[in-house]
Amino acid sequence: MSAANELTAAQRDDLRTVAAMIIPASDEYQVPGADDPAIQADMLATLGRDTLLVAQALDHLARLAGKPLAELDAARRDEIAKEFRATGGVAAATLVRVVLQCYYRDDRVLRSLGLELRAPFPKGHVLPEGDWSLLDPVRARGGRMRIP
Amino acid sequence: MNKHDPVDVLIIGAGASGAAVAWSLAETKMHILCLDQGGWMKPSEYPSTGRDWEAKFYGEWSTSPNIRARPEDYPINDDNSPIKVVNFNGVGGSTVMYTAHWPRLHPSDFRVKTLDGVADDWPIDYETLVPFFEENDRMMGVSGLSGDPLSPLTHPPMPPQPLGLSGPLIGKAMNKLGWHWWPSDTTVATMDYEGRARCINLGHCTPACAQGAKASTDITYWPQAIRAGVELKTHCRVREILTNEHGMASGVVYYDQDGVEQFQPAEVVIIACNGVGTPRLLLNSVSGRFPNGLANSSGLVGKNLMFHPYAQIYGFVKEPTDSNRAPPTCLWSKEFYDTDLSRGFVRGYGIQFGRGAGPVFEAVASEQKGILPWGADHHRVFRRLNGHRLAVSAICEDLPEEHNRVTLDPVLKDSHGIPAPKIDYTISENSRKMMEHGLARGREILEAAGATDICINSPIPWGGWHLLGTARMGTDPARSVVNEWGRSHDVKNLFIVDGSVFVTSGGVNPTSTIQAIALYIADQMKQRLANLFD
Repeated sequence: MSAANELTAAQRDDLRTVAAMIIPASDEYQVPGADDPAIQADMLATLGRDTLLVAQALDHLARLAGKPLAELDAARRDEIAKEFRATGGVAAATLVRVVLQCYYRDDRVLRSLGLELRAPFPKGHVLPEGDWSLLDPVRARGGRMRIP
Repeated sequence: MNKHDPVDVLIIGAGASGAAVAWSLAETKMHILCLDQGGWMKPSEYPSTGRDWEAKFYGEWSTSPNIRARPEDYPINDDNSPIKVVNFNGVGGSTVMYTAHWPRLHPSDFRVKTLDGVADDWPIDYETLVPFFEENDRMMGVSGLSGDPLSPLTHPPMPPQPLGLSGPLIGKAMNKLGWHWWPSDTTVATMDYEGRARCINLGHCTPACAQGAKASTDITYWPQAIRAGVELKTHCRVREILTNEHGMASGVVYYDQDGVEQFQPAEVVIIACNGVGTPRLLLNSVSGRFPNGLANSSGLVGKNLMFHPYAQIYGFVKEPTDSNRAPPTCLWSKEFYDTDLSRGFVRGYGIQFGRGAGPVFEAVASEQKGILPWGADHHRVFRRLNGHRLAVSAICEDLPEEHNRVTLDPVLKDSHGIPAPKIDYTISENSRKMMEHGLARGREILEAAGATDICINSPIPWGGWHLLGTARMGTDPARSVVNEWGRSHDVKNLFIVDGSVFVTSGGVNPTSTIQAIALYIADQMKQRLANLFD
């Protein structure tokens, strides 16, 4: 069983491997994979209250794989990954969520998606007014509430 | 135990209803004290101020008190319910963490027994509440478009939110189907209003608004109530209400910020702790005279819990949607609100439309649904999904059933050792049929909008926002907990002003109606001050 407040070296290795399986790097979109060192560092630095569940998920993954994930061939890794996601429950979902939430706040990834590299506050966003004439048919139909 | 000087009125809970009743009663110049288990919020710490704003929704800013687990929160055993309780504890209560969607119950909602032969009629009607709805809309600051043919007439003091990118897509789909839709009233300020800055579209409003554009009672009612002399003590968790030899409430025992037990005497006690917290407090207030909990001679305290099961369906269109760049809801539909027995169920549901989601939420939700793959194709699929979501949610009227209830958990306790609430709840057959109908209509809407990859959340598991019915109002003491103006049948200086007093739930978000009722009860108290306990 892993310590509650940190991942072991073996768990960190498996986390890096499984993260790359979830989101590999892409030349086409010019984005790193989720195994990128900066993204991995973000995950480890911000695990916080998720540490225990992520450690449980990685322990589960290790049991399924029987050896470090990186040492398996690609086909076997894919089989293990499917089984892990199907049987891992809340812990597996938490691990995947941690990978995704750190990946989709990385500057390079957001830039690739055309998103601004900032918190929503204080700049906010501009919203188009939209076409209010779309309400004309609703007004024309009318109707009334049921009145007791 | 420390004993304090008595106050005239003690309010427990500083959320939606507690704030409204405090503000309204302030003009009496009575000594009014409110105790809240949480503290004042710090907008500079709200999620939208940081780059990790979405990640916080899964932890310290989760809507679930069990996940959030702040010191102010109390645990809730909702294992035996398909719908989990969500709330927020602190000054402002759950108005700090709500979507600001602002419909009112309809006039027909107060007469369901008469109209449809189910549940019970309310002892009050819509018309009675109209002046309080209007007063509340001014105080909270409502934006919207007057003239919706299928909703109660409102007079929002601010114009509606822009339709944005998502609104026209939904509007065109609804027009194609010939179904009703309308810009929703919201408590999002669309212009500078009473010291609040206008909405700048920070994104999803639920986890608190750093701009202060979304109305929460910590920035609407409370500043005015405090200026008018109301005292608010924070980080004070009430354990129980005590009674005297005459069967009247004598005050409350609470734990202060340092965990020290205190006794606060009061002439009048008002409970404003929501449909779970209120029955929990009453059931924890046992004595020789009230062995089954306070105000519980009917045996109905905690029973008839109503949630509003949400049947949500969503999909992805080719056009860009508002994603996280707008308040989450902007439109509603009342097309299926009223009873039509040919649909196979009684009563109905409102529809609220969702504008979209942020990238992290989209990635997490879509991966869980199995539509966002692992591996090389992840990037292509994500770019097709992200920023293209439209959602349709049927908010189904939940009829009262006594087996849906709040009791005290025999084991689980909060950080002060106070027994925690336990929820037992099942979705009725009528509600299930209603949800299926809502999903089918939602699919038609999404298909009319050209959406694909359609997914369902039914019920939305963490969708227990609306906590209603557990201390219902009525004229018959055998069939209700409080009378038609909020006073306990059993304890004549004890009042309840939150969603617990709802007789039925309607098919819309209840906060507007909860606050209108709180203002109405305060008004009744003011009119009866000379003989309040008769």
